[in-house]
Amino acid sequence: MSGTVTPVQQEEEWRGVAAEEIVEISHSTGLRLQARSRKLLGSLVRPHIGRASLAVASVIGGNLANLALPLLIAAAIDSGIPAAMRGDVSVLLWCVAGYAICAGLTTFLRWAFLRVSGRVGQDMLLDLRERIFRHSQRLSVGFHESYTSGKVISRTTSDVDALQDLVEEGLDSLFNALLSVAGIAIILLWLDMPLASVVVAGFVPLFFIWRWFRRRSMEAYRGTRGAIAKIIIQFVESMNGIRAVQAFRRQPRNETIMTGFNGQFRDANVDALGVMATFVATIRLIGNVSLAVVLAWGAYRVAGGSLELGVLTAFTVYLRRFYDPFDELAMFANSYSSATAALEKISGLLEEEPSVPEPTSPVALPHARGAIRFSGVEFQYPGTTRQVLPRFSLEVPAGQTVALVGATGAGKTTLAKLVSRFYDPTAGSVLLDGVDLRSVADTDLRRAVVMVTQENFLFSGSVADNIALGKPSASRAEIEAAAAEVGAHEFIAALPDGYDTDVRKRGGRLSSGQRQMVAFARAFLANPAVLVLDEATSSLDVPTERAVQAALETVLADRTAFIIAHRLSTVLIADRVLVLDGGIVVEDGSPEELIGERGRFAALHTAWRDSLA
Amino acid sequence: MLTVGRTSYFGDDLEGAHRVSDQRNSTIRTLRRLWPYVRPYRARMAVVLSATMLAMLCGLGIPLLTQRIVDGPIQNKQTAALPWLIIGVLVLGIGEAVLFYIRRKVVARPAAQVEARMRFDLYQRLQRLPVAFHDRWQSGQLLSRGTNDLTTVRRFVAFGMVFLVVNTLVVVVGMGIIASLSPTLLVVSLCGALPLIVISYLFEAKFKVVARRAQDQSGDLTTIVEESVLGIRVLKAFGRGPVLTSRFLAQARDLRKTELNKISILAALWSVLIVLPELSIAGMLGVGAFGIVNGTMTVGTLVAAVAVSAYLRWPIDSIGWLLAETNMTAAALERYWEVIDSPVTITSPASPVPLPTPLRGHVRFEGVRFAFEDGREVLTGVDLDLRPGETVALVGATGSGKTTLTALVPRLADVTGGRITIDGVDVRDLSLEDLRTVVGTAFEEPVLFSASVTENVGLGVPDVSEASVREALRVAKAEEFVDALPWGLQTRIGEQGLSLSGGQRQRLALARAVVGRPAVLVLDDPLSALDVHTEAEVEAALRRVLRGVTALVVAHRSSTVQLADRVAMLADGKITAIGSHRKLLETNEEYRRLLSSLDADEVVEEEVAS
Repeated sequence: MSGTVTPVQQEEEWRGVAAEEIVEISHSTGLRLQARSRKLLGSLVRPHIGRASLAVASVIGGNLANLALPLLIAAAIDSGIPAAMRGDVSVLLWCVAGYAICAGLTTFLRWAFLRVSGRVGQDMLLDLRERIFRHSQRLSVGFHESYTSGKVISRTTSDVDALQDLVEEGLDSLFNALLSVAGIAIILLWLDMPLASVVVAGFVPLFFIWRWFRRRSMEAYRGTRGAIAKIIIQFVESMNGIRAVQAFRRQPRNETIMTGFNGQFRDANVDALGVMATFVATIRLIGNVSLAVVLAWGAYRVAGGSLELGVLTAFTVYLRRFYDPFDELAMFANSYSSATAALEKISGLLEEEPSVPEPTSPVALPHARGAIRFSGVEFQYPGTTRQVLPRFSLEVPAGQTVALVGATGAGKTTLAKLVSRFYDPTAGSVLLDGVDLRSVADTDLRRAVVMVTQENFLFSGSVADNIALGKPSASRAEIEAAAAEVGAHEFIAALPDGYDTDVRKRGGRLSSGQRQMVAFARAFLANPAVLVLDEATSSLDVPTERAVQAALETVLADRTAFIIAHRLSTVLIADRVLVLDGGIVVEDGSPEELIGERGRFAALHTAWRDSLA
Repeated sequence: MLTVGRTSYFGDDLEGAHRVSDQRNSTIRTLRRLWPYVRPYRARMAVVLSATMLAMLCGLGIPLLTQRIVDGPIQNKQTAALPWLIIGVLVLGIGEAVLFYIRRKVVARPAAQVEARMRFDLYQRLQRLPVAFHDRWQSGQLLSRGTNDLTTVRRFVAFGMVFLVVNTLVVVVGMGIIASLSPTLLVVSLCGALPLIVISYLFEAKFKVVARRAQDQSGDLTTIVEESVLGIRVLKAFGRGPVLTSRFLAQARDLRKTELNKISILAALWSVLIVLPELSIAGMLGVGAFGIVNGTMTVGTLVAAVAVSAYLRWPIDSIGWLLAETNMTAAALERYWEVIDSPVTITSPASPVPLPTPLRGHVRFEGVRFAFEDGREVLTGVDLDLRPGETVALVGATGSGKTTLTALVPRLADVTGGRITIDGVDVRDLSLEDLRTVVGTAFEEPVLFSASVTENVGLGVPDVSEASVREALRVAKAEEFVDALPWGLQTRIGEQGLSLSGGQRQRLALARAVVGRPAVLVLDDPLSALDVHTEAEVEAALRRVLRGVTALVVAHRSSTVQLADRVAMLADGKITAIGSHRKLLETNEEYRRLLSSLDADEVVEEEVAS
């Protein structure tokens, strides 16, 4: 994230301290943010210029037809009726028919406008949603580990909705209002220049209130966007941790927290509505005062003979109409501010560069063998100062099974994440079959290297869907075979709808052990050259783990594997054991060798054997 | 979730006709339930209504007065009265502006507060709805109810509601004026109004269905977004971002289609709303002219009637927008009430039994049964007696119902048969507050909240002291690593803070369970994610924790089992064996299969080999 990273003490003590970007927005950053969001809006509108012009054309046509309506009424009353009284109804009939036609035209063009502009608006929203989603998927794991799901959700949902308001209502009022204002302004100038200068003078305060409104409403809407994001984050966290919330009686505390955020959002909304109230009322005031001034001066001039009465009449009628669309313009300005504030946030997300970027000219690696080499690799997590992995080099030939052993924080998971390219090393490189991972196309890399973690997230959908994630093209038979291989077939078949059983939210339908089995089946189905297992069997019961292990031994025979496991039994199936301490490989050898060497691994092994006795 | 077939607007079928009347009732019912939230602000809302109507009167008065001034004093050059009349216009003008300000300013707080209040109630309800409810509902659907839907409600309270009343009133008054001018012309304008009512009626049913569908689809979209982020590691690991992206896009396109459907219904309605008043004006012209020719009507009457009709154009046009807002609000409220009306099945009893003092912590499962909502019975009669201070390990195959059994003690779910007692009192007779104070829990998947370590450990204990947090951390062997965090106990952890390793998270979850020294501990596989080094340490800590409390510990490993005084084996929904680890190993074949791990096998093999 941009901005200086410094520890910021939160006003709410419970949230604790973290390194955060500075929230205050100076004038210059404010301008930069606005420019950024305008640019995004521009890029969203551009592809639809053609249809947008069509919409504008139908508004113009509709307004013209609409303008003709009062003229036709006047004609009917002034000439049609007198003619009819003389016995000639044709003029009246023409007027009535003309009225009906113009009304029909207005209606049709209005309908066309709604359809066309609606389509443009919806296409823009779809485009924006797609951009955010794709971009969020491109961003690296490291980004998501700090950005939080709630923020991505609020970017993709409530921030996009703010734009939706703009395209649904804003554009409509903008076109209508601008056209009326422009048309009437021309008529006013044509009617009488001096009186029109009064109206022009009214633009001076209008300009200042407009500037005030833009600034204040941006502030207010930035407030609403920030507050709703906090609400969403709190909501999502509470719902995802509902078991803990209930078991530990956290509800009252959470409610206090929610009340705080809710209040912030409410106050920001009240603020935004208040700003709008002042703006609308001031515009109305300027309009009405101009009218009184025009009336006074006009009367004076009529009395003096320098103005015709008819001109004054027309002028007052049009002046009133001139200020009516300003309400709509204010509505537009309001939606625009709200959308800009939302687009600022969205463009911020879109501006994030993935820290693990796709190579621009990838080296093709369609059939990886699975040799992994760490060459002068160093690593520290972004934004931290502690080096998790000091400079090291390591060669893992294709087909070797490597077990990583070491205490929490020794760097096992980090090493695994480097192999899976969740992160790139800060120095040096990780190579697959001699090719730097940074040069391998994502599709090739993911086909070659698959990581299974203890989290084993399940997506909503059926069991089969979740296994098929390993290979979307897999047939049902392949899915079942993969499940059978890890010993999951039996329990899946026993579910009410077998493989088609809905796993429910986060796989809530299954036990955690069953979820791990599904995750395993998924990895087996993917059939990668390199398999990375990070505590992937922690929730299995022993017979199941044994089945998985047996499967592993066959599966791993011809592929490279990195295994992090706290079961020494799993470690023992490895060809090679690396003992890590503070990011440094302190022991390296086959399990038998290390057991014979009376090092740390030997000590661990003895302790473990004693625990079994 | 509501599933609706594709509907073409304004075309009707038999089934649709039934739905129309049902929905009409439900729309009114749904909206009426909003009243208690608005009620506290009824005085303010009355002010808003009055201001809106007065502003309309001012708005009407200004051109009328202007016209009088121009046609009267100015034309006749009677300058004496002129300043006063112009001041009159000025006063009306300022009045209108002030009333505009009042309307918007006064409505701001009620609208925002109704939204906030409803969101709070939703949140409160969701926090109390049983875990089973949460398993069933997609989180995006719940979230969209708390955000989008309530925004719609806020807008309705701020604008829709007010103008619905005011505009209807204006239209009725306007019609009254036309009637007083000429009953014939009223008939003409009613000819335009009647089809309008019929069409609005048909529209409402169609539109609400589509509005509801759009809201549901937007909830589904939220669900996918949430999953795409929470499951990012899996997606990255398998390179399946594109798969989920295409699923997201398919749903986003569906939503777009529904929104376009909404737009086309609205466009049709709007067209009708625009064209009908115009046609009735044209009709009035024709009929009026005929009357004038026949001498039954004066030109003045016709002009006045046409002017009033023209003035009514905006209020009638806006009916389309108002109907849309009203129906969207009704659909949003319906979604909201669905959650609010879901029964909170797990509640404190009306008159809770106080806990016996001193508490001994005697936990008994008596014929406990549990069936999921789909009827699948996972526990079919569990009998288990945990003597005060005793640690019982619960073992069983994957999916045998161990986690379910542990969830029953703190009543995250309720038994569907039999009962669980603590010191002889059925857990359902205790207040939830007492029960969950007495029973400490640790879940297999430790959830951390984005808050400080202190806050995370002291979750349920208000104003937890640093000393007791530290004590709990010490017991869980977590003090050392917590102190090494950049801001110690104050460091923010969880999604928005520092990420911790699985073992660290699990130790914090253990600390969370023991803070406040509960008499009964229910630990679901508390050691699963610990590495070999830490496991030994946490085991030692756990041994200390378990001393003096009654504990049920789900275990997969013989090392964990050995912490227990007795072991109970769960199979086929019942406790099939109970006894010491050693005894069960010797006597029970299935237990041996379950627990004499690979580890043991290999040790045996090795020993045989050497």
